[in-house]
Amino acid sequence: MDVSPELAAKIATLARLRLDADKLERFAGQMGDILKYMETLAAVDTTGVEPLYGPVAHVSPTRPDEAVRTCSRDEVLHNAPETDGRFFIVPKIV
Amino acid sequence: MSHDLCSLSLTAVRDLLRSGEITATAAVTACLARIEATEPKLHAVLHLAGEAALAEAARLDAAGPDPDKRLWGVPVLVKDAICTKGLPTTCGSKILENFVPFYDATAVAGLKAAGAVILGKANMDEFAMGSSTENSAYQTTANPWDATKVPGGSSGGSAAAVSSGQCFGALGTDTGGSIRQPASFCGIVGIKPTYGRVSRYGLVAYGSSLDQIGPMTRSVEDCAAMLTAIAGHDAKDSTSAPRDVPDYEADLAAWAKQGDLKGVRLGLPDEYWGQGVDAEVLDCCRAAVDAARGLGAEVVRVSLPHTPYAVATYYIVAMAEASSNLARFDGVRYGFRDAAATDLAGLYELSRAKGFGPEVQRRIVIGTYVLSAGYYDAYYRKAAQVRRLIRQDFLDAFASCDVIVGPTSPFTAFGIAEKTEDPLQMYLSDIFTISLNLAGLPGMSIPVGLGAQSGMPVGLQLFGPAFDETRLLCTAKAVMDAVRPPMAPAGV
Repeated sequence: MDVSPELAAKIATLARLRLDADKLERFAGQMGDILKYMETLAAVDTTGVEPLYGPVAHVSPTRPDEAVRTCSRDEVLHNAPETDGRFFIVPKIV
Repeated sequence: MSHDLCSLSLTAVRDLLRSGEITATAAVTACLARIEATEPKLHAVLHLAGEAALAEAARLDAAGPDPDKRLWGVPVLVKDAICTKGLPTTCGSKILENFVPFYDATAVAGLKAAGAVILGKANMDEFAMGSSTENSAYQTTANPWDATKVPGGSSGGSAAAVSSGQCFGALGTDTGGSIRQPASFCGIVGIKPTYGRVSRYGLVAYGSSLDQIGPMTRSVEDCAAMLTAIAGHDAKDSTSAPRDVPDYEADLAAWAKQGDLKGVRLGLPDEYWGQGVDAEVLDCCRAAVDAARGLGAEVVRVSLPHTPYAVATYYIVAMAEASSNLARFDGVRYGFRDAAATDLAGLYELSRAKGFGPEVQRRIVIGTYVLSAGYYDAYYRKAAQVRRLIRQDFLDAFASCDVIVGPTSPFTAFGIAEKTEDPLQMYLSDIFTISLNLAGLPGMSIPVGLGAQSGMPVGLQLFGPAFDETRLLCTAKAVMDAVRPPMAPAGV
């Protein structure tokens, strides 16, 4: 299928990516090629085939539902771009 | 002297360490010297932790060799997608430039528990998205056999480092061939274990239903030793299989006393041995199959009829999962934040626009598209249905054979910058590796010689039934011992 720069821009916004016009135009062309190739799957008869979303064959083991402290607040905040020592800081929301 | 030590296999150097003939400090020092000598050409290492490695080696030496520790004193590298406590883990991306994990991935903890010494982190395509290591935000790794060529990807740093003797083994990750294809391009051994065999805890997720961590080494025995150290159930990864782990190294050694392939049926899929594969690749792989036949293996034809649909299926699934997984990089809790943002949406959009490279953005956008309302059924659900058919192809083939064999890649290592302009062409080069990840089965690549035209390494791929890594390792060893491929790269 053809992908317009406008559609590429809409999808980029859904993906929380602010891309400039040049990049959107380039991506739109490449997306069109890639999606067209992906449409070869339409030729496969999948009537009645159950989707396979992952290859796990075992039943997930369970564990007791108990709170465990796995790391400290300092460790969690250590890699954050901005904190006040207690919380992550982001631009004002309200 | 140090170069001689670096050319030994992991298990050979491990045995010297265990007997006290060399110290852990000597092993680490030799690797650091080799890294210093080769890095100006290779660019395989992203973060070198030389001082920490020497300190750890000194600590080990002070305590003395521990025969219960399978990798005691052995220097290794870890792909930068895998979390290492106190060591940067960037995933080859600017968005994680300053990220330093406060915990070890379970596979890294396994290496350390076995006595291995972490030398540093290996270069990779950004977020493991690529087949050439050219998508790293930091540097392009060269192939040790010819520095004008790519090492493959996405675990290209690990492959180049192991091939050139910078370390005795390395961890890679394989979402669609990222261990096997660079192993093939650099002339080393690599295994993608069965999905669930090795914990993914601490692996930065790309395609969660496809990703597996695995060893990359210069011999099959080395691969068995490293796999034994990292495999097993982990309560922190619900997809890791609650099954016992064999001692792969001991099982391989026990089998090697017999050493032939009598009673082993090798399945050659029609779809992997014909059109589109370079003649020099086919020649080397056919010679390896002939060698296996000489050891008593029976060769049978099999078919994996949905192979032509594997690339489309794989990229839909992988991109969809990537678009979800990479949503966590939002400039809030870790990673790059664009200071220009004045509101929260802008913070997300600008941080991700500047932090991610173009291939990652392309995959996130396409992944978002195939999951969006109105397109989900046509792309993602359809791909999941074809995925089941691809898996069924393998199950059907294993009814008439024990191990499936074919080329790892249709061609040997290509030139740096040769394929970067056309992403679809790059995706199509993964045709022989991706089906295995969709099916969740184990696969290996082993070197089987140099291409007659290119002079570059050719890899033979072996696929096995789920959790039958032992049979893969034994078959791989028999073939490699018979073929005796050259292992010393000419380019460094």
